[in-house]
Amino acid sequence: MIFSEAEVVTVVEMISVQELRGWVQAGWIAPAIGQSGPVFDELDVARVRLVCELRGDLEVPEEAVPLVLSLLDQVHGLRREMQSLAKAVDAQPENVRAAVKATYRSLMTG
Amino acid sequence: MSDDPYELLGVSKTASVDEIRKAYRKLAKELHPDLNPGDKSTEDRFKKVSAAHSLLSDAEQRARFDRGEIDGSGADTPQQRYYRHYADSDPSGRYHSDAGYRDFEGASDIFSDLFGRGSDGQARFRARGQNVHYRLVVSFLDAINGAKQQLNLPDGSTIDLTIPAGSKSGTILRLRGKGHPGLGDGPSGDALVELTVAPHAQFSREGDDIIVELPISLDEAILGAKIEVPGASGRLRVTVPKGSSSGDVLRLRGKGAPKGDGRHGDQRVVLKVVMPNTIDDGLEAFMEEWRKEHAYNPRETSGGNQ
Repeated sequence: MIFSEAEVVTVVEMISVQELRGWVQAGWIAPAIGQSGPVFDELDVARVRLVCELRGDLEVPEEAVPLVLSLLDQVHGLRREMQSLAKAVDAQPENVRAAVKATYRSLMTG
Repeated sequence: MSDDPYELLGVSKTASVDEIRKAYRKLAKELHPDLNPGDKSTEDRFKKVSAAHSLLSDAEQRARFDRGEIDGSGADTPQQRYYRHYADSDPSGRYHSDAGYRDFEGASDIFSDLFGRGSDGQARFRARGQNVHYRLVVSFLDAINGAKQQLNLPDGSTIDLTIPAGSKSGTILRLRGKGHPGLGDGPSGDALVELTVAPHAQFSREGDDIIVELPISLDEAILGAKIEVPGASGRLRVTVPKGSSSGDVLRLRGKGAPKGDGRHGDQRVVLKVVMPNTIDDGLEAFMEEWRKEHAYNPRETSGGNQ
């Protein structure tokens, strides 16, 4: 599912084209570049919605939005790495998993 | 958990619209699912709180609830998919940042091995500037045949880009030095442009093969024919053999997408027999006669009419 600028404004409802362009320029949203303007996918649209909610109900001031997005992107980056690491450990033979588990426990309990 | 919207928001039955909004915003800041990725119970609570808020902020619904005509769940908001659902299932991780663990590289061999790989996928600060990521949607035929294209970037600058013939979705083009400027004397980063190939109305692609459906008439299917068929780089001719069926595939060797080593994939032409708009009396009479002697059952495994 892909959306043009105008379609994003229509589905998200809470945003003007000018605002959307400002957010893209600021790098908050990174749509693909299409032959006749930016092209948004569902992830981009969900992110536009998220920024709307941050600015609206969550009352995050304009200047603080990049900070919140940066932290969220870090959390998502970490979640992704954690999931991959967990899968990598799961794919190991039983004795390796047990060794990883034991070392992990001793590190966490200090 | 209580389903009473007043209790959920922690306000009294006589709370003003303003008090309700304030209470909701305070809870939203704490509970918003995108600020608590991975926490299901917080998400459930947020859903209830949102539903309570939308019920109580609608004067008519609130009055109906107060009169006991509807219960607290009466104003279920439609299921919203939060950003994190998309972010978690995005294989490219294009918004993900590695800033939260970039310094692990020095602390652990395994992390430097694992995360050092990502010079293609992730931007990182060193002396050189950060890479900038773009995604570009290209037309199906431009991707097959190659094209030159000028990108207008969000910051107003432009980049001239050569799309190599045979590009696929996910192909990443690296433009050296077109990223962010370096720190100090460091060189600029690169611009990484990920291509997405737009679908085409007629053609589709499997690996290096191009697939096109070719409608043929009843007489062409029975008698065979030489027919022109659209190809990715111009029109092609195919010979439809006598007695062709829908689903038969004609392979035009070397007429597919370039593989990058000078060779090409094939174009596969999938036949589709289309009946005439009207079955005239002559055809009908002929078929009636024909089937007396030649009836066959294509649903049997042998299937043929030999």
